[in-house]
Amino acid sequence: MFKAWKVKVAQGKQFVSDVRGVSLPLFRGRPEIATKPCEAGCRACVDVCPANAISLDPVRIDLGRCTFCDECTRVCPVEKIAFTPDYRIAAARRGDLVVSEGKKMGPVEVAAEIKRIFGRSLRLRSVSAAGCNGCELEINALANVNFDLQRFGIEFVASPRHADALVLSGPISRNMARALELAYEGMPDPKFVIAVGACAISGGVFDGSPALDRSFLGRFEPRLYVPGCPPHPLTFACGILDLLGR
Amino acid sequence: MSSAVTSEVAKPRATEPSVLRVATGDLGALAVPELLDRIRALVARGARPVTLYGRPGEDAVVLTAVLLHEKCLHALRSRLGRGEGYPSLTKEIPAFHMFEREIFEQHGITPRDHPWLKPVRLSGDHQQKFDSYPFFNLEGKEVHEVGVGPIHAGVIEPGHFRFMCYGEMVHHLEIQLGYQHRGVEPRLLERPPKLLAPLVESIAGDSSVAYALAYGRAIESLAKTELDPRVELVRGVALELERIAMHLVGLSGLATDIGFLPGSTTYGRLRTAIINASMRICGSRFGRSWVRPGGVRFGLPARLIETTRKTLHDFKRDIDLVNDLMFSAATVQHRLRGTGVVTPETAREIGLVGMAARASGLPVDTRVELPGGALGRFPVASVVETTGDCWARARVRAREIDESFAWIQKVLASASDIEPPSSGVGELEPETLVVSVVEGWRGEVVHCLETNKTGGLLHYKVQDPSLRNWFGLALAVRDNGVSDFPICNKSFDLSYCGNDL
Repeated sequence: MFKAWKVKVAQGKQFVSDVRGVSLPLFRGRPEIATKPCEAGCRACVDVCPANAISLDPVRIDLGRCTFCDECTRVCPVEKIAFTPDYRIAAARRGDLVVSEGKKMGPVEVAAEIKRIFGRSLRLRSVSAAGCNGCELEINALANVNFDLQRFGIEFVASPRHADALVLSGPISRNMARALELAYEGMPDPKFVIAVGACAISGGVFDGSPALDRSFLGRFEPRLYVPGCPPHPLTFACGILDLLGR
Repeated sequence: MSSAVTSEVAKPRATEPSVLRVATGDLGALAVPELLDRIRALVARGARPVTLYGRPGEDAVVLTAVLLHEKCLHALRSRLGRGEGYPSLTKEIPAFHMFEREIFEQHGITPRDHPWLKPVRLSGDHQQKFDSYPFFNLEGKEVHEVGVGPIHAGVIEPGHFRFMCYGEMVHHLEIQLGYQHRGVEPRLLERPPKLLAPLVESIAGDSSVAYALAYGRAIESLAKTELDPRVELVRGVALELERIAMHLVGLSGLATDIGFLPGSTTYGRLRTAIINASMRICGSRFGRSWVRPGGVRFGLPARLIETTRKTLHDFKRDIDLVNDLMFSAATVQHRLRGTGVVTPETAREIGLVGMAARASGLPVDTRVELPGGALGRFPVASVVETTGDCWARARVRAREIDESFAWIQKVLASASDIEPPSSGVGELEPETLVVSVVEGWRGEVVHCLETNKTGGLLHYKVQDPSLRNWFGLALAVRDNGVSDFPICNKSFDLSYCGNDL
């Protein structure tokens, strides 16, 4: 009993009270693209990017592909790209994940229908379809005492039958494609898909591998994209709370 | 078909014992019977298998065996025509069972008389053919089967478990993996060899540092890169922080699975403190982009050494409290002791590695056997338990956290700042094989890279410790209640994607 109290006292209060206002010094989040010109003909960032996330004229970075590995900033001769600690980078539309010169990312737009039905209570079913356990660990962390997503009425459940949204991680291997589809079919309507991590959103560093089958996403377009490799739990938390208008 | 040339048992690189480099010309090719005899002889003298894998050659398959004997890696080579067979080693030395299954699946070579030649991960032509190889079948009046997965109740990677039960007792568990197969190995040959780190870090994302380190050292060996010795100090800190963090995840999960909530929450939030310490150094909670060929991206300036030591100091106070609570609790002891036993004999026979092996009494730890990096200057003590049950695996993890903590503190106390410059990585040596072994938190991560005539990558073999340890889990649950499976599984804490690649 005494030991349990000591653990409890040492624990104190651990939860992040304001999930939108945390400072994460040195965390590699949203990249910023400066307005200065590139060196003529330079494509060093494109060549070094492991996930084909960068395109030129003008320079754009697709956060749906980016692994936040920072290779591009190291090879750029003019410091065109810099990563900031901003973790509020989820988006409701795929196109909104593309960062360009001077473009700011806003909060995720509230989805009125989703807010009306799930605004006060949302049950999530995680399906890892070839995720490397990076995204899965961060999704798990959402339920720990630090991030404590349950306090917002958002919870991960064991059965697809109990779930309102499917949280997809991983690039979707051919060997998981069928099971993923069955899990989604098993969820009662209304329901929607949340794509977590570069692999789920675009295939990430595995995009183009013949071992993948990403046709599921062609049939069921996600309503929320949570970029990162893996995403910070706060990126997920802010994204879903924004979407629900909370 | 097999052509006998010469073969040499290669010596490790003098400066880095965890990396073996050998010119493929010097390696030659033994006749298959000779290869098998040499393997048998080495094992009889106390060597343990590290890997046996195939590489497609022009009209043949090149087999490479790597064994660890007397703190030294040994490589042996042979070749066979595609579609040919050879007498399987598995019945004599069961530790080869997974390697032979993988060779069969990847290269169409048949190890004859292999007791269970089932594809490892249903890759290539086998993809999606989950019915192609039958499950074991248990018959009898009061027997039944329980199928679980690929999707499980928690937030976890997918895999299928088929329990053959007699009442509540598990008679046998058959594990069917492959759901996570992403085609990693061919992918590693598609980009320039020196730019693979972000991909390598995503192969098994809970072991990013171990993987990046195995890859980085392999590239450095191929390019004969000289490192500032302080590079390996920073890398060691990164690797041990990863070990602490993942052991905390495991202990938290284990506490959750037995309903011991103080352990579940406290180990969980202590992990947050540790991975945030990594993030403050390298920008990622998983140590991504920290280790690169030629050095480290992020050193340890005095300010970060101070904050990391402070974090670890506070951490130590709290982990001691929760360890004391957890491991003295009757309920915890009752659930973990005697559950999911793998005996030392079985562990040795099937070639268990890493923390699961150490929990079964085997002194298998490549940090001691091949003390690479900073381990020469700052040795680490290996943690061994003897009972081989869930309790032993939990105890190994708790004690390894203490060891890693002490190791990091020692390194951080050794200098006021550790900010080594990176070295340029030159051209890769052509026609060279490099085997790089890193003791990640689960066990030994093995990367084998081979270059072609022009110094490009010809082959990249990745081996996660999970490949060998999954069968240990299958044996551990025999004669246990089926409801104890979750804690057995969590106690091994194996990687699905590391197995499936």
